Amino acid sequence: MIPVAFDYSRPAGVDEAVQTLTDAGEDAKVLAGGQSLIPMLRLRFAAPSMLVDLGSIGEMHGVREDGDDLVIGAMTTHDEVLKNPLIRAHAPLIAQATATVADRQVRHLGTFGGSLAHADPAGDMPSVATALDATFEIAGPSGRRSVAASEFFVDYLTSALEPDEVLVSVRVPKLAGWGTHYEKFNRVAQAWALVGVAAAVRRNNGTIEEARVALTNMASKPVRAHGVEEALAGAPATAESLAAACDHAAEGTEPTSDASASADYRTHLATVLTRRALESAAGI
Amino acid sequence: MTTISMTVDGVRYDDDVEPRTLLVHHLRDRLGKVGTVVGCDTSNCGACTVLMDGKSVKSCTVFAVQADGTDITTVEGLAARDGEMHPVQQAFHETHALQCGYCTPGMIMSAVDLLAENPDPSDAEIREGLEGNLCRCTGYQNIIKAVREAGQAMQTATAASPEPATSDAGNGVPGQQPAATAPGGPAHTTAVGEVRT
Repeated sequence: MIPVAFDYSRPAGVDEAVQTLTDAGEDAKVLAGGQSLIPMLRLRFAAPSMLVDLGSIGEMHGVREDGDDLVIGAMTTHDEVLKNPLIRAHAPLIAQATATVADRQVRHLGTFGGSLAHADPAGDMPSVATALDATFEIAGPSGRRSVAASEFFVDYLTSALEPDEVLVSVRVPKLAGWGTHYEKFNRVAQAWALVGVAAAVRRNNGTIEEARVALTNMASKPVRAHGVEEALAGAPATAESLAAACDHAAEGTEPTSDASASADYRTHLATVLTRRALESAAGI
Repeated sequence: MTTISMTVDGVRYDDDVEPRTLLVHHLRDRLGKVGTVVGCDTSNCGACTVLMDGKSVKSCTVFAVQADGTDITTVEGLAARDGEMHPVQQAFHETHALQCGYCTPGMIMSAVDLLAENPDPSDAEIREGLEGNLCRCTGYQNIIKAVREAGQAMQTATAASPEPATSDAGNGVPGQQPAATAPGGPAHTTAVGEVRT
């Protein structure tokens, strides 16, 4: 189908983008890589009055180091993230999860920031950012603000971004000394996660000092598996203690039922995939 | 309307388009590049795949305005001007990597993109690399075989050629310049610079 007609703007900088959004009102929409938005426009699930294309804003591309953090420009494509040496060295969880996003063509255009701002609970990046305690750097009419991952994801396809705000970059800690893993279960023909698990584990020899676990597609937004994390703090790094902790994986989740999986099955998957993710992350 | 300029298969085109015009419709309906087909219309099947600045994209999920200033290669731009097929096209032909043929333009463009990044992929890497392209009739086996054989042919051509196959000045498409082409004379760059408005 053909999208509803819209006005189009391609600002050269973040401030100009924010000004354009402010002037256009709440029916304007940001266009990043378009790989989620354009299908929605084509199906006429969305009909914005204006698209503000961020594709020409150089400040929003690329990855840089800032002390103990990496700062990832929101318009950095999945393909660029995947090949970036800083990401591979300091945030391999992001690289591993990004490799499972959609397909080559979509990764060539789809962006890291776009997949976060889209806030699809079945998307992989939101749970990864949640597990990493990422910080979202946002530009708006009254300046810049930072939002923690725990506050950024609000509900299904809803983030903390206001209509006149732009996600500029995402800051993730380097997590030196942690093991990480992204475990995902999906239908072969489509890369959307039925359930996914992002895990990070810090070990001290035979003991797990800290674990972080976030779940994809187990609620209307990514959720941290706090029960698992608490059970693992100070626990022995054994397969038995991991398996026991995973009994808590689905606590506090609200999985949906659809044609691909029932809520009960998703609950089962969350337990199994969390165990697998933790075993890989902890090297067990 | 928005004025855009893009190079498609070595020819520059300047056009006024509605912002909602999808790249695939611009290519087919305005520029006559009907080799690129619309398949699923929902960004799943990859039949509409083209190269944008050398990288594969689904042209049903790109607005023409986003392609402003880029260099597009469609399946129609792969063969040499004398009609000699690109090694990937040749391999699809020789291994009968198609039945109805509808997915073929996208399969070929994705294979060209994959082989540019990974000239010697394993079968598993080919399957992974083509995951964005769906075929509903061949069962994929001959497609995998075609990509494998094309990769081998391109490596052989590269080894035999005094100039790397990637040196083609037209669109930077690997393997586009067959080994038989005279050094220093890319087969089809004469169209570059033509302007159609």
